[in-house]
Amino acid sequence: MTPEEKREAVIEVRGLVTRFGDHVVHDGLDLDVYRGEVLGVVGGSGTGKSVLLRTICGLNRPAAGTIRVFGTDILAASSAERRSLENRWGVMFQDGALFSSLTVRENVEAPMRERLDLSPELMRRLAELKVALVGLPSHANDKYPAELSGGMRKRAGLARALALDPEIVFLDEPTAGLDPIGATAFDELIRSLQRALGLTVFLVTHDLDTLHATCDRIAVLAEKKVLVTGTMADMLKVEHPWVREYFHGPRARAAQPTA
Amino acid sequence: MTESAVNIEKSGDRTLVALAGRVVIHRIESLEQVLKPIRGGGTITIDLSEVEALDTAGAWLIVTVCDRLAAEGADVQLKGATEPQRQLIETVANSLPEERAETKAPHGLMVWLESVGRHVAANGTLALELLSFLGETMARLGGTILRPWRLRLTSLVAQMQETGWNAVPIVVLLTFLIGVVLGYQGASQLQQFGAEVFVVDLVAISVLRELGVLLTAIIVAGRSGSAFTSAIGSMKMQEEIDAMRTLGLDPIEVLVVPRLLALLLMLPALAFLGNMAGLLGGMLMSWIELNISPTQFFARLLDGTDVSHFLVGMVKAPFFAVIIAVVGAFQGMKVEMDAASLGRRTSISVVLAIFLVIVVDAIFSVFFAILGI
Repeated sequence: MTPEEKREAVIEVRGLVTRFGDHVVHDGLDLDVYRGEVLGVVGGSGTGKSVLLRTICGLNRPAAGTIRVFGTDILAASSAERRSLENRWGVMFQDGALFSSLTVRENVEAPMRERLDLSPELMRRLAELKVALVGLPSHANDKYPAELSGGMRKRAGLARALALDPEIVFLDEPTAGLDPIGATAFDELIRSLQRALGLTVFLVTHDLDTLHATCDRIAVLAEKKVLVTGTMADMLKVEHPWVREYFHGPRARAAQPTA
Repeated sequence: MTESAVNIEKSGDRTLVALAGRVVIHRIESLEQVLKPIRGGGTITIDLSEVEALDTAGAWLIVTVCDRLAAEGADVQLKGATEPQRQLIETVANSLPEERAETKAPHGLMVWLESVGRHVAANGTLALELLSFLGETMARLGGTILRPWRLRLTSLVAQMQETGWNAVPIVVLLTFLIGVVLGYQGASQLQQFGAEVFVVDLVAISVLRELGVLLTAIIVAGRSGSAFTSAIGSMKMQEEIDAMRTLGLDPIEVLVVPRLLALLLMLPALAFLGNMAGLLGGMLMSWIELNISPTQFFARLLDGTDVSHFLVGMVKAPFFAVIIAVVGAFQGMKVEMDAASLGRRTSISVVLAIFLVIVVDAIFSVFFAILGI
């Protein structure tokens, strides 16, 4: 028995089948995410990484299979159960997906306003704390998303995802489109927040540096299922051609930390 | 799930504040109320050993209370925190934003005056920009007429179908109904004077001169003007317009000219159909209400209504087409990178186009009155 099997799985996906029309994206996909880990999901373009994230969050309805989050089957959950689940996870979409008619602070306040009954003053101060936690300067609070750079929008999206102190955070391509310095800073941010807040992170990425820097475990999506899961060291031993190509290619060699 | 609880014990100048249960965002407000009365002074120990759950909001509360008490002169100590809790409190303390007073929006007469002034100035600039856009579009249209092979025929035909052909049912239905209403109202009023037959003139002149073309233009502004703005606006948001410019394509030639040309061709056609439908509605109502048979109606129509009324109405159609297409495309080009501006621009586009159509219609009325047509 490996140590992983003893840990509590907060997300359990079993036999997941997703299809759009005739196009089958996932066919019998199984995946476990354990409490307190950072799981990196990788795969070629079009292998359904983002679709998997959206399906777990309940934005897509799969054709078959079960998805349990904190032991609740989300496909059979009542709306009250779903609401309480949604309080326990936060999602950061690829480009932040901030509400464009609200300022950054109002964006972070939005989930609090919706789910909790707090005074405006307290909400403002907590929102400003979250904005500071993700490393945005205080003048960003009153800016609209259109006035921010891509990197700042991602940070603001993360601040909104963290607004309710969720236990699971879903991140879709958190470092895509960031410059290397910004991407490294974002990796460190995710790692430090994850440690401090005890988060479970479900991270979809293409970025090998992010995989090295932040992920405890990696799941490779290929051939419509999770092909392998394991640590970076495990990945380097896998013989599957795509996995070999991915983790042994020139970019992978460049990303490996020099010992 | 246990409730959070606070236990405060005072002995001499030592105070022990024991927090217990879940110190999380849901309970933060009540906890804050309990902790508020504690004043700084002496030694204050905050005991977290009974805390089951702590989140950033809870950590924030502890950090702010500690800071406040320390500022009031107390010697504050934290104890009983687990390692992750201590880390969380530290992280929060390190990134605590500086206090910012919320900026109150000023108000009063001067501010109101200033905002009126700003609006006037902004609208003035907008009018100038619109005029410049009109000029630019006309220049491109002229260029396309001189070099017809540059015209995007597929786009033109697609726009003609969308703005013209697809609008036929709604235009015909609405103008028909207006003809019915005019016929009915005219009949009930004119009957009192025994002047029933004049209902033909009433319907014919008002529909042909004004209502047919005006209603058509208003429907088209609502249907197609808004479609122009949202289509061009969402292209602007996706940076498609910028992509065109870098490829050496002129967005006005590619996007605006086909739409303008389509409306120039289709609006008169729609207005003609609208006129016919309006007359048909009036004719039907006169037949039902006043027993004026279609034959009589036609005889009276040809006898009493000069063809100039029809021409006066039709001549306005191309002008309305230009207004609707140019305003719609201009507002689309003004869309910024956020979704809210797309909605705002689309609504401005429709309101402005209808406003300008009615203003120009009024100018035409004065013009024709002076000419005596």
